[in-house]
Amino acid sequence: MDLTFVYLALILVLAIYLGFELISKVPATLHTPLMSGANAISGITIVGALLAAGSGESTTLATWLGAAAVVFATINVVGGYLVTDRMLGMFRSRTDKSDE
Amino acid sequence: MLNLIFINAAYIVAAGLFIFGLKMLGHPASARRGNLLSALGMLIAIVVTLLSEGILTWYWIAISALIGIVIGAAAARLVAMTAMPEMVAVFNGFGGAASLLVAWAALFDSHALFVAITVTLSVIIGGVTFAGSVVAWGKLSEVMASKAIVFNGQRIVNSLLLLALLACAVMFCLEPSAQSPYLYGIIGLALILGVFVVIPIGGADMPVVISLLNSYSGLAACAAGFAINNIILIVAGSLVGAAGIILTNIMCKAMNRSLGNVLFSGFGAVKTAAKVEGEVKPISAGDAYLILEAANSVTFVPGYGMAVAQAQHVVCELGELLEAHGCEVSYAIHPVAGRMPGHMNVLLAEANVSYDQLVEMDDINPRIAAIDVAVVIGANDVVNPSARNDEGSPIYGMPIINVDEAKTVFVLKRSMASGFSGVDNPLFMGPNTRMLFGDAKASISEIISEFKP
Repeated sequence: MDLTFVYLALILVLAIYLGFELISKVPATLHTPLMSGANAISGITIVGALLAAGSGESTTLATWLGAAAVVFATINVVGGYLVTDRMLGMFRSRTDKSDE
Repeated sequence: MLNLIFINAAYIVAAGLFIFGLKMLGHPASARRGNLLSALGMLIAIVVTLLSEGILTWYWIAISALIGIVIGAAAARLVAMTAMPEMVAVFNGFGGAASLLVAWAALFDSHALFVAITVTLSVIIGGVTFAGSVVAWGKLSEVMASKAIVFNGQRIVNSLLLLALLACAVMFCLEPSAQSPYLYGIIGLALILGVFVVIPIGGADMPVVISLLNSYSGLAACAAGFAINNIILIVAGSLVGAAGIILTNIMCKAMNRSLGNVLFSGFGAVKTAAKVEGEVKPISAGDAYLILEAANSVTFVPGYGMAVAQAQHVVCELGELLEAHGCEVSYAIHPVAGRMPGHMNVLLAEANVSYDQLVEMDDINPRIAAIDVAVVIGANDVVNPSARNDEGSPIYGMPIINVDEAKTVFVLKRSMASGFSGVDNPLFMGPNTRMLFGDAKASISEIISEFKP
Protein backbone atom coordinates (compact mmCIF):
# COMPACT_ATOMS: atom_id res chain seq x y z
CA MET A 1 0.00 0.00 0.00
CA ASP A 2 1.42 3.38 -0.93
CA LEU A 3 0.42 7.01 -0.62
CA THR A 4 -2.40 6.59 -3.16
CA PHE A 5 -4.59 5.15 -0.44
CA VAL A 6 -3.99 8.21 1.73
CA TYR A 7 -5.00 10.53 -1.11
CA LEU A 8 -8.11 8.49 -1.85
CA ALA A 9 -9.06 8.45 1.82
CA LEU A 10 -8.57 12.22 2.02
CA ILE A 11 -10.83 12.70 -1.00
CA LEU A 12 -13.41 10.44 0.65
CA VAL A 13 -13.45 12.45 3.88
CA LEU A 14 -13.72 15.79 2.08
CA ALA A 15 -16.47 14.55 -0.25
CA ILE A 16 -18.54 13.19 2.64
CA TYR A 17 -18.19 16.48 4.49
CA LEU A 18 -19.17 18.45 1.38
CA GLY A 19 -22.12 16.11 0.83
CA PHE A 20 -23.41 16.73 4.36
CA GLU A 21 -23.07 20.50 3.94
CA LEU A 22 -24.82 20.59 0.56
CA ILE A 23 -27.66 18.20 1.29
CA SER A 24 -28.61 19.63 4.66
CA LYS A 25 -29.49 22.88 2.85
CA VAL A 26 -32.01 21.24 0.52
CA PRO A 27 -35.58 22.05 1.67
CA ALA A 28 -37.98 19.20 2.52
CA THR A 29 -40.11 20.16 -0.50
CA LEU A 30 -37.37 18.90 -2.81
CA HIS A 31 -36.38 15.75 -0.97
CA THR A 32 -37.88 13.35 -3.51
CA PRO A 33 -36.15 14.89 -6.54
CA LEU A 34 -33.00 15.17 -4.41
CA MET A 35 -33.13 11.48 -3.75
CA SER A 36 -33.77 10.46 -7.35
CA GLY A 37 -31.10 12.92 -8.50
CA ALA A 38 -28.61 11.52 -5.99
CA ASN A 39 -29.64 8.09 -7.19
CA ALA A 40 -28.70 9.05 -10.74
CA ILE A 41 -25.33 10.24 -9.46
CA SER A 42 -24.74 6.89 -7.76
CA GLY A 43 -25.01 5.47 -11.27
CA ILE A 44 -21.43 6.77 -11.65
CA THR A 45 -20.48 3.11 -11.28
CA ILE A 46 -21.14 3.14 -15.02
CA VAL A 47 -17.57 4.38 -15.43
CA GLY A 48 -16.22 1.23 -13.81
CA ALA A 49 -18.75 -0.86 -15.71
CA LEU A 50 -17.66 0.57 -19.08
CA LEU A 51 -14.01 -0.15 -18.28
CA ALA A 52 -14.87 -3.73 -17.33
CA ALA A 53 -17.12 -4.34 -20.35
CA GLY A 54 -14.69 -2.77 -22.81
CA SER A 55 -11.47 -4.46 -21.74
CA GLY A 56 -12.03 -7.23 -24.28
CA GLU A 57 -8.65 -8.87 -23.77
CA SER A 58 -9.24 -10.40 -20.38
CA THR A 59 -11.48 -13.31 -19.40
CA THR A 60 -14.95 -13.59 -20.85
CA LEU A 61 -16.51 -13.64 -17.38
CA ALA A 62 -15.12 -10.15 -16.71
CA THR A 63 -16.73 -8.90 -19.91
CA TRP A 64 -20.04 -10.49 -18.99
CA LEU A 65 -19.95 -8.95 -15.53
CA GLY A 66 -19.07 -5.60 -17.05
CA ALA A 67 -21.86 -5.80 -19.63
CA ALA A 68 -24.44 -6.65 -16.96
CA ALA A 69 -23.13 -3.79 -14.83
CA VAL A 70 -23.47 -1.41 -17.80
CA VAL A 71 -27.14 -2.38 -18.18
CA PHE A 72 -27.90 -1.76 -14.50
CA ALA A 73 -25.89 1.44 -14.26
CA THR A 74 -27.32 2.88 -17.50
CA ILE A 75 -30.89 2.31 -16.29
CA ASN A 76 -29.89 4.07 -13.09
CA VAL A 77 -28.28 7.04 -14.83
CA VAL A 78 -30.74 7.57 -17.69
CA GLY A 79 -33.87 6.79 -15.68
CA GLY A 80 -32.67 8.73 -12.66
CA TYR A 81 -31.89 11.98 -14.48
CA LEU A 82 -34.98 11.85 -16.69
CA VAL A 83 -37.42 11.22 -13.87
CA THR A 84 -35.81 13.90 -11.72
CA ASP A 85 -36.16 16.36 -14.57
CA ARG A 86 -39.77 15.34 -15.05
CA MET A 87 -40.51 15.93 -11.37
CA LEU A 88 -38.69 19.24 -11.13
CA GLY A 89 -40.57 20.46 -14.18
CA MET A 90 -43.75 20.22 -12.10
CA PHE A 91 -42.53 22.55 -9.38
CA ARG A 92 -43.79 25.99 -10.25
CA SER A 93 -43.96 29.18 -8.26
CA ARG A 94 -47.03 31.38 -8.09
CA THR A 95 -45.50 33.80 -10.61
CA ASP A 96 -44.73 30.98 -13.06
CA LYS A 97 -48.34 29.92 -12.83
CA SER A 98 -49.78 33.37 -13.51
CA ASP A 99 -47.51 33.67 -16.56
CA GLU A 100 -49.25 30.78 -18.24
CA MET B 1 -6.63 7.83 -26.91
CA LEU B 2 -6.56 10.07 -23.90
CA ASN B 3 -3.89 9.97 -21.28
CA LEU B 4 -4.41 9.43 -17.59
CA ILE B 5 -3.85 13.03 -16.51
CA PHE B 6 -6.41 14.35 -18.96
CA ILE B 7 -8.93 11.71 -17.90
CA ASN B 8 -8.54 12.53 -14.24
CA ALA B 9 -8.81 16.25 -14.97
CA ALA B 10 -12.10 15.57 -16.73
CA TYR B 11 -13.24 13.51 -13.75
CA ILE B 12 -12.56 16.49 -11.50
CA VAL B 13 -14.70 18.68 -13.77
CA ALA B 14 -17.46 16.06 -13.56
CA ALA B 15 -17.18 15.95 -9.76
CA GLY B 16 -17.41 19.76 -9.69
CA LEU B 17 -20.58 19.62 -11.78
CA PHE B 18 -22.12 17.05 -9.43
CA ILE B 19 -21.36 19.27 -6.45
CA PHE B 20 -22.66 22.41 -8.14
CA GLY B 21 -25.73 20.54 -9.34
CA LEU B 22 -26.52 19.38 -5.80
CA LYS B 23 -26.07 22.93 -4.54
CA MET B 24 -28.57 24.23 -7.10
CA LEU B 25 -31.04 21.58 -5.94
CA GLY B 26 -31.32 23.69 -2.79
CA HIS B 27 -33.99 25.92 -4.32
CA PRO B 28 -37.01 24.99 -6.46
CA ALA B 29 -36.28 27.78 -8.95
CA SER B 30 -32.76 26.55 -9.77
CA ALA B 31 -33.24 22.84 -9.09
CA ARG B 32 -34.02 21.82 -12.66
CA ARG B 33 -30.88 23.47 -14.01
CA GLY B 34 -28.94 21.86 -11.17
CA ASN B 35 -30.11 18.45 -12.28
CA LEU B 36 -29.06 19.23 -15.85
CA LEU B 37 -25.58 20.27 -14.67
CA SER B 38 -25.28 17.05 -12.75
CA ALA B 39 -26.32 15.10 -15.87
CA LEU B 40 -23.71 17.02 -17.87
CA GLY B 41 -21.08 15.94 -15.35
CA MET B 42 -22.17 12.35 -15.83
CA LEU B 43 -21.97 12.70 -19.61
CA ILE B 44 -18.43 14.08 -19.39
CA ALA B 45 -17.35 11.23 -17.12
CA ILE B 46 -18.85 8.65 -19.48
CA VAL B 47 -17.43 10.12 -22.70
CA VAL B 48 -13.95 10.49 -21.24
CA THR B 49 -14.04 6.91 -20.02
CA LEU B 50 -15.17 5.64 -23.41
CA LEU B 51 -12.22 7.38 -25.07
CA SER B 52 -9.67 6.06 -22.59
CA GLU B 53 -7.03 3.45 -23.38
CA GLY B 54 -8.77 0.86 -21.22
CA ILE B 55 -11.60 0.46 -23.74
CA LEU B 56 -10.65 -2.05 -26.43
CA THR B 57 -14.01 -3.15 -27.70
CA TRP B 58 -17.28 -1.26 -27.99
CA TYR B 59 -19.39 -4.24 -28.88
CA TRP B 60 -20.68 -5.24 -25.45
CA ILE B 61 -20.86 -1.65 -24.29
CA ALA B 62 -23.11 -0.66 -27.18
CA ILE B 63 -25.53 -3.53 -26.69
CA SER B 64 -25.85 -3.25 -22.92
CA ALA B 65 -25.99 0.56 -22.91
CA LEU B 66 -28.81 0.44 -25.46
CA ILE B 67 -30.80 -1.97 -23.28
CA GLY B 68 -30.21 0.27 -20.27
CA ILE B 69 -31.21 3.46 -22.09
CA VAL B 70 -34.46 1.97 -23.40
CA ILE B 71 -35.49 0.57 -20.01
CA GLY B 72 -34.40 3.66 -18.07
CA ALA B 73 -36.06 6.16 -20.39
CA ALA B 74 -39.30 4.17 -20.58
CA ALA B 75 -39.47 3.80 -16.79
CA ALA B 76 -38.80 7.50 -16.23
CA ARG B 77 -41.50 8.53 -18.69
CA LEU B 78 -44.19 6.06 -17.72
CA VAL B 79 -43.97 5.95 -13.93
CA ALA B 80 -46.88 7.54 -12.07
CA MET B 81 -45.89 10.07 -9.44
CA THR B 82 -47.66 8.00 -6.79
CA ALA B 83 -45.34 5.12 -7.72
CA MET B 84 -42.19 7.24 -7.31
CA PRO B 85 -41.06 5.49 -4.09
CA GLU B 86 -40.97 2.03 -5.64
CA MET B 87 -39.21 3.40 -8.73
CA VAL B 88 -36.49 5.01 -6.61
CA ALA B 89 -36.24 1.79 -4.59
CA VAL B 90 -35.64 -0.26 -7.74
CA PHE B 91 -33.09 2.23 -9.08
CA ASN B 92 -31.22 2.13 -5.77
CA GLY B 93 -31.10 -1.62 -6.16
CA PHE B 94 -29.74 -1.39 -9.71
CA GLY B 95 -27.01 0.96 -8.51
CA GLY B 96 -26.06 -1.56 -5.86
CA ALA B 97 -26.07 -4.42 -8.35
CA ALA B 98 -23.88 -2.47 -10.77
CA SER B 99 -21.32 -1.77 -8.04
CA LEU B 100 -21.30 -5.41 -7.02
CA LEU B 101 -20.60 -6.51 -10.59
CA VAL B 102 -17.94 -3.86 -11.17
CA ALA B 103 -16.11 -4.85 -8.01
CA TRP B 104 -16.29 -8.53 -8.99
CA ALA B 105 -14.88 -7.77 -12.42
CA ALA B 106 -12.03 -5.80 -10.80
CA LEU B 107 -10.67 -9.10 -9.48
CA PHE B 108 -9.61 -10.04 -13.00
CA ASP B 109 -7.10 -7.18 -12.96
CA SER B 110 -5.64 -7.44 -9.50
CA HIS B 111 -5.49 -9.80 -6.54
CA ALA B 112 -3.81 -7.39 -4.13
CA LEU B 113 -5.03 -7.50 -0.53
CA PHE B 114 -6.26 -3.91 -0.64
CA VAL B 115 -8.29 -4.63 -3.77
CA ALA B 116 -9.67 -7.80 -2.19
CA ILE B 117 -10.85 -5.91 0.91
CA THR B 118 -12.52 -3.11 -1.04
CA VAL B 119 -14.08 -5.60 -3.45
CA THR B 120 -15.48 -7.50 -0.46
CA LEU B 121 -16.96 -4.30 0.96
CA SER B 122 -18.44 -3.30 -2.36
CA VAL B 123 -19.93 -6.73 -2.98
CA ILE B 124 -21.49 -6.87 0.50
CA ILE B 125 -22.97 -3.35 0.38
CA GLY B 126 -24.03 -3.76 -3.24
CA GLY B 127 -25.65 -7.14 -2.58
CA VAL B 128 -27.53 -5.95 0.50
CA THR B 129 -28.67 -2.85 -1.41
CA PHE B 130 -29.89 -4.87 -4.37
CA ALA B 131 -31.81 -7.53 -2.44
CA GLY B 132 -33.10 -5.02 0.12
CA SER B 133 -34.32 -2.70 -2.62
CA VAL B 134 -36.14 -5.48 -4.42
CA VAL B 135 -37.98 -6.34 -1.18
CA ALA B 136 -38.69 -2.63 -0.58
CA TRP B 137 -40.06 -2.40 -4.11
CA GLY B 138 -42.25 -5.44 -3.46
CA LYS B 139 -43.66 -3.91 -0.29
CA LEU B 140 -44.21 -0.46 -1.77
CA SER B 141 -45.90 -1.70 -4.93
CA GLU B 142 -47.89 -4.12 -2.79
CA VAL B 143 -46.68 -7.12 -4.75
CA MET B 144 -46.03 -8.51 -1.29
CA ALA B 145 -47.67 -7.68 2.07
CA SER B 146 -46.44 -4.29 3.20
CA LYS B 147 -46.65 -5.03 6.89
CA ALA B 148 -43.64 -6.00 8.97
CA ILE B 149 -42.71 -9.67 8.81
CA VAL B 150 -41.36 -10.59 12.22
CA PHE B 151 -40.61 -14.08 13.50
CA ASN B 152 -39.03 -15.56 16.60
CA GLY B 153 -35.28 -15.64 16.60
CA GLN B 154 -34.99 -13.13 13.78
CA ARG B 155 -32.05 -11.44 15.45
CA ILE B 156 -30.28 -14.74 15.96
CA VAL B 157 -30.71 -15.61 12.28
CA ASN B 158 -29.40 -12.18 11.27
CA SER B 159 -26.40 -12.49 13.59
CA LEU B 160 -25.59 -15.93 12.20
CA LEU B 161 -25.84 -14.59 8.65
CA LEU B 162 -23.52 -11.75 9.56
CA LEU B 163 -21.02 -14.13 11.17
CA ALA B 164 -21.04 -16.42 8.13
CA LEU B 165 -20.57 -13.38 5.91
CA LEU B 166 -17.62 -12.25 7.98
CA ALA B 167 -16.05 -15.70 7.86
CA CYS B 168 -16.41 -15.87 4.08
CA ALA B 169 -14.95 -12.37 3.77
CA VAL B 170 -11.85 -13.30 5.77
CA MET B 171 -11.35 -16.55 3.86
CA PHE B 172 -11.77 -14.72 0.56
CA CYS B 173 -9.28 -11.98 1.44
CA LEU B 174 -6.67 -14.60 2.38
CA GLU B 175 -6.84 -16.03 -1.11
CA PRO B 176 -8.63 -13.60 -3.44
CA SER B 177 -9.75 -14.78 -6.85
CA ALA B 178 -12.65 -13.98 -9.15
CA GLN B 179 -13.81 -17.58 -9.00
CA SER B 180 -13.24 -18.19 -5.31
CA PRO B 181 -16.09 -20.19 -3.74
CA TYR B 182 -15.91 -17.78 -0.82
CA LEU B 183 -16.73 -14.90 -3.18
CA TYR B 184 -19.86 -16.74 -4.27
CA GLY B 185 -20.58 -17.26 -0.59
CA ILE B 186 -20.24 -13.55 0.11
CA ILE B 187 -22.56 -12.65 -2.77
CA GLY B 188 -25.19 -15.20 -1.73
CA LEU B 189 -25.08 -14.26 1.94
CA ALA B 190 -25.19 -10.52 1.17
CA LEU B 191 -28.33 -11.04 -0.94
CA ILE B 192 -30.01 -13.10 1.81
CA LEU B 193 -29.01 -10.53 4.41
CA GLY B 194 -30.53 -7.76 2.26
CA VAL B 195 -33.86 -9.60 2.23
CA PHE B 196 -33.77 -10.27 5.98
CA VAL B 197 -32.88 -6.68 6.81
CA VAL B 198 -35.91 -5.23 5.00
CA ILE B 199 -38.70 -7.77 5.65
CA PRO B 200 -39.19 -6.83 9.33
CA ILE B 201 -39.85 -3.19 8.37
CA GLY B 202 -43.47 -2.11 8.00
CA GLY B 203 -45.03 0.01 5.28
CA ALA B 204 -45.12 3.22 7.33
CA ASP B 205 -41.37 3.03 7.94
CA MET B 206 -40.53 2.77 4.25
CA PRO B 207 -39.29 6.39 3.97
CA VAL B 208 -36.44 5.46 6.30
CA VAL B 209 -35.59 2.31 4.36
CA ILE B 210 -35.52 4.02 0.98
CA SER B 211 -33.28 6.76 2.35
CA LEU B 212 -30.95 4.22 3.87
CA LEU B 213 -30.79 2.10 0.70
CA ASN B 214 -30.10 5.30 -1.24
CA SER B 215 -27.15 5.89 1.03
CA TYR B 216 -25.95 2.30 0.60
CA SER B 217 -26.06 2.53 -3.19
CA GLY B 218 -23.70 5.51 -2.93
CA LEU B 219 -21.40 3.74 -0.48
CA ALA B 220 -21.28 0.68 -2.74
CA ALA B 221 -20.16 2.88 -5.64
CA CYS B 222 -17.61 4.48 -3.33
CA ALA B 223 -16.17 1.09 -2.30
CA ALA B 224 -16.04 0.03 -5.96
CA GLY B 225 -14.11 3.25 -6.61
CA PHE B 226 -11.44 2.16 -4.11
CA ALA B 227 -11.32 -1.29 -5.73
CA ILE B 228 -10.66 0.05 -9.22
CA ASN B 229 -8.70 3.09 -7.99
CA ASN B 230 -11.06 5.63 -9.54
CA ILE B 231 -11.52 9.09 -8.02
CA ILE B 232 -14.86 9.98 -9.59
CA LEU B 233 -16.52 6.89 -8.13
CA ILE B 234 -15.26 7.77 -4.68
CA VAL B 235 -16.38 11.40 -4.83
CA ALA B 236 -19.80 10.80 -6.39
CA GLY B 237 -20.42 7.72 -4.26
CA SER B 238 -19.68 9.49 -1.00
CA LEU B 239 -21.84 12.50 -1.98
CA VAL B 240 -24.76 10.13 -2.45
CA GLY B 241 -23.88 8.23 0.71
CA ALA B 242 -23.98 11.48 2.69
CA ALA B 243 -27.29 12.52 1.08
CA GLY B 244 -28.92 9.24 2.04
CA ILE B 245 -27.66 9.39 5.61
CA ILE B 246 -29.01 12.92 6.10
CA LEU B 247 -32.43 11.97 4.73
CA THR B 248 -32.48 8.83 6.89
CA ASN B 249 -31.76 10.97 9.92
CA ILE B 250 -34.51 13.48 9.04
CA MET B 251 -37.03 10.66 8.60
CA CYS B 252 -36.10 9.03 11.92
CA LYS B 253 -36.43 12.35 13.74
CA ALA B 254 -39.82 12.95 12.13
CA MET B 255 -40.99 9.67 13.65
CA ASN B 256 -39.16 10.19 16.93
CA ARG B 257 -37.46 6.82 16.59
CA SER B 258 -33.86 5.77 16.45
CA LEU B 259 -32.54 4.09 13.34
CA GLY B 260 -31.98 0.91 15.34
CA ASN B 261 -35.59 0.94 16.46
CA VAL B 262 -36.83 1.25 12.87
CA LEU B 263 -34.53 -1.46 11.57
CA PHE B 264 -34.87 -4.08 14.26
CA SER B 265 -38.39 -3.90 15.61
CA GLY B 266 -41.59 -3.90 13.64
CA PHE B 267 -43.85 -1.09 14.84
CA GLY B 268 -45.60 -2.81 17.73
CA ALA B 269 -48.54 -1.13 19.43
CA VAL B 270 -47.49 -2.79 22.66
CA LYS B 271 -47.93 0.06 25.11
CA THR B 272 -51.40 0.66 26.43
CA ALA B 273 -52.50 4.06 25.28
CA ALA B 274 -55.20 5.92 27.19
CA LYS B 275 -58.55 4.87 25.78
CA VAL B 276 -59.99 7.71 23.79
CA GLU B 277 -63.56 8.56 24.64
CA GLY B 278 -65.77 11.30 23.38
CA GLU B 279 -68.30 12.19 20.80
CA VAL B 280 -67.64 12.23 17.10
CA LYS B 281 -69.35 15.14 15.37
CA PRO B 282 -70.04 14.47 11.70
CA ILE B 283 -70.61 17.25 9.19
CA SER B 284 -72.16 17.29 5.73
CA ALA B 285 -70.35 18.57 2.64
CA GLY B 286 -72.92 21.39 2.42
CA ASP B 287 -72.15 22.62 5.95
CA ALA B 288 -68.43 22.23 5.33
CA TYR B 289 -68.82 24.49 2.30
CA LEU B 290 -70.51 27.21 4.39
CA ILE B 291 -67.65 27.22 6.90
CA LEU B 292 -64.94 27.15 4.22
CA GLU B 293 -66.62 29.93 2.29
CA ALA B 294 -66.49 32.18 5.36
CA ALA B 295 -62.87 31.29 6.24
CA ASN B 296 -59.97 33.69 5.76
CA SER B 297 -57.24 31.12 6.05
CA VAL B 298 -57.34 27.43 5.23
CA THR B 299 -54.55 24.91 5.47
CA PHE B 300 -54.75 21.45 3.95
CA VAL B 301 -52.94 18.66 5.75
CA PRO B 302 -52.56 15.79 3.28
CA GLY B 303 -51.51 12.26 4.15
CA TYR B 304 -50.83 9.23 2.05
CA GLY B 305 -54.56 8.47 2.10
CA MET B 306 -55.07 11.48 -0.18
CA ALA B 307 -52.77 9.95 -2.76
CA VAL B 308 -54.49 6.57 -2.44
CA ALA B 309 -57.86 8.23 -3.08
CA GLN B 310 -56.26 10.15 -6.00
CA ALA B 311 -57.79 13.27 -4.44
CA GLN B 312 -54.84 15.66 -4.95
CA HIS B 313 -56.27 17.21 -8.13
CA VAL B 314 -59.66 18.04 -6.60
CA VAL B 315 -57.94 19.31 -3.46
CA CYS B 316 -55.89 21.69 -5.57
CA GLU B 317 -59.01 22.79 -7.43
CA LEU B 318 -60.73 23.55 -4.11
CA GLY B 319 -57.63 25.46 -3.02
CA GLU B 320 -57.80 27.63 -6.13
CA LEU B 321 -61.52 28.32 -5.60
CA LEU B 322 -60.85 29.37 -2.01
CA GLU B 323 -58.04 31.66 -3.13
CA ALA B 324 -60.35 33.23 -5.67
CA HIS B 325 -62.61 33.95 -2.68
CA GLY B 326 -59.79 35.88 -1.02
CA CYS B 327 -58.86 33.11 1.36
CA GLU B 328 -55.24 32.38 2.21
CA VAL B 329 -54.49 28.77 1.29
CA SER B 330 -51.51 26.67 2.31
CA TYR B 331 -50.58 23.01 2.37
CA ALA B 332 -48.91 21.78 5.56
CA ILE B 333 -46.76 18.75 4.94
CA HIS B 334 -45.36 16.42 7.56
CA PRO B 335 -41.93 14.95 6.70
CA VAL B 336 -43.29 11.39 6.69
CA ALA B 337 -46.61 12.21 5.01
CA GLY B 338 -45.82 10.11 1.93
CA ARG B 339 -43.95 6.89 1.28
CA MET B 340 -40.61 8.62 0.76
CA PRO B 341 -39.11 11.96 1.84
CA GLY B 342 -40.83 14.83 0.04
CA HIS B 343 -43.26 12.51 -1.76
CA MET B 344 -46.37 14.53 -0.89
CA ASN B 345 -44.79 17.70 -2.26
CA VAL B 346 -44.25 16.07 -5.64
CA LEU B 347 -47.85 14.81 -5.73
CA LEU B 348 -49.17 18.31 -4.98
CA ALA B 349 -46.80 19.91 -7.46
CA GLU B 350 -48.12 17.51 -10.08
CA ALA B 351 -51.65 18.65 -9.19
CA ASN B 352 -50.49 22.20 -9.97
CA VAL B 353 -50.02 23.55 -6.43
CA SER B 354 -47.28 26.19 -6.54
CA TYR B 355 -44.28 25.47 -4.33
CA ASP B 356 -44.61 28.67 -2.30
CA GLN B 357 -47.84 27.24 -0.87
CA LEU B 358 -46.13 24.09 0.40
CA VAL B 359 -45.33 24.66 4.07
CA GLU B 360 -43.19 22.51 6.36
CA MET B 361 -44.38 21.32 9.76
CA ASP B 362 -42.06 23.62 11.71
CA ASP B 363 -43.31 26.66 9.80
CA ILE B 364 -47.03 26.01 10.17
CA ASN B 365 -47.12 24.98 13.86
CA PRO B 366 -46.27 28.40 15.36
CA ARG B 367 -49.11 30.05 13.44
CA ILE B 368 -51.66 27.27 13.34
CA ALA B 369 -53.82 28.83 16.08
CA ALA B 370 -54.59 31.67 13.67
CA ILE B 371 -55.77 29.32 10.92
CA ASP B 372 -59.55 29.30 10.48
CA VAL B 373 -59.90 25.82 9.03
CA ALA B 374 -57.42 22.95 8.89
CA VAL B 375 -58.55 20.25 6.47
CA VAL B 376 -57.01 16.86 7.22
CA ILE B 377 -57.16 14.55 4.21
CA GLY B 378 -56.03 10.96 4.54
CA ALA B 379 -53.61 11.78 7.37
CA ASN B 380 -53.92 10.27 10.82
CA ASP B 381 -50.85 9.59 12.93
CA VAL B 382 -49.08 12.79 11.85
CA VAL B 383 -51.92 14.88 13.34
CA ASN B 384 -52.59 12.71 16.42
CA PRO B 385 -52.40 14.88 19.59
CA SER B 386 -51.58 11.75 21.65
CA ALA B 387 -48.05 12.14 20.31
CA ARG B 388 -47.89 15.35 22.31
CA ASN B 389 -49.72 14.59 25.53
CA ASP B 390 -50.26 10.86 26.10
CA GLU B 391 -47.09 9.27 27.43
CA GLY B 392 -48.60 5.82 27.08
CA SER B 393 -49.14 6.22 23.35
CA PRO B 394 -46.80 4.28 21.05
CA ILE B 395 -46.29 7.41 18.99
CA TYR B 396 -45.63 9.64 22.03
CA GLY B 397 -42.90 12.17 21.28
CA MET B 398 -43.31 12.09 17.52
CA PRO B 399 -43.49 15.65 16.16
CA ILE B 400 -46.93 16.31 14.69
CA ILE B 401 -48.79 19.07 12.91
CA ASN B 402 -50.90 20.59 15.69
CA VAL B 403 -54.15 20.84 13.73
CA ASP B 404 -56.15 20.49 16.96
CA GLU B 405 -55.03 24.04 17.78
CA ALA B 406 -56.62 25.49 14.64
CA LYS B 407 -59.99 27.20 15.06
CA THR B 408 -61.82 24.47 13.17
CA VAL B 409 -60.62 21.08 11.95
CA PHE B 410 -62.24 19.04 9.21
CA VAL B 411 -61.15 15.43 9.04
CA LEU B 412 -61.96 13.64 5.80
CA LYS B 413 -62.12 9.96 6.50
CA ARG B 414 -63.72 6.86 5.10
CA SER B 415 -64.65 5.41 8.52
CA MET B 416 -63.44 5.45 12.11
CA ALA B 417 -60.62 2.91 11.57
CA SER B 418 -57.28 3.79 13.16
CA GLY B 419 -54.14 4.72 11.23
CA PHE B 420 -51.05 2.79 10.17
CA SER B 421 -49.77 2.43 13.71
CA GLY B 422 -53.16 1.20 14.93
CA VAL B 423 -53.40 4.00 17.49
CA ASP B 424 -56.63 5.76 18.47
CA ASN B 425 -56.77 9.41 17.54
CA PRO B 426 -58.37 11.82 20.08
CA LEU B 427 -58.36 14.51 17.38
CA PHE B 428 -61.52 12.94 15.97
CA MET B 429 -63.37 13.67 19.25
CA GLY B 430 -61.91 17.17 19.66
CA PRO B 431 -64.38 19.98 20.48
CA ASN B 432 -63.50 21.88 17.29
CA THR B 433 -63.28 18.82 15.04
CA ARG B 434 -65.91 17.94 12.44
CA MET B 435 -65.75 14.62 10.62
CA LEU B 436 -66.59 14.54 6.95
CA PHE B 437 -67.12 10.84 6.28
CA GLY B 438 -66.83 9.24 2.88
CA ASP B 439 -64.38 8.99 0.01
CA ALA B 440 -62.08 12.04 0.16
CA LYS B 441 -62.28 12.68 -3.57
CA ALA B 442 -66.09 12.50 -3.61
CA SER B 443 -66.42 14.73 -0.53
CA ILE B 444 -64.13 17.42 -1.93
CA SER B 445 -65.89 17.28 -5.31
CA GLU B 446 -69.18 17.83 -3.51
CA ILE B 447 -67.84 20.93 -1.76
CA ILE B 448 -66.49 22.21 -5.07
CA SER B 449 -69.89 21.80 -6.69
CA GLU B 450 -71.36 24.00 -3.92
CA PHE B 451 -68.91 26.74 -4.91
CA LYS B 452 -70.12 26.67 -8.49
CA PRO B 453 -73.66 28.00 -8.55
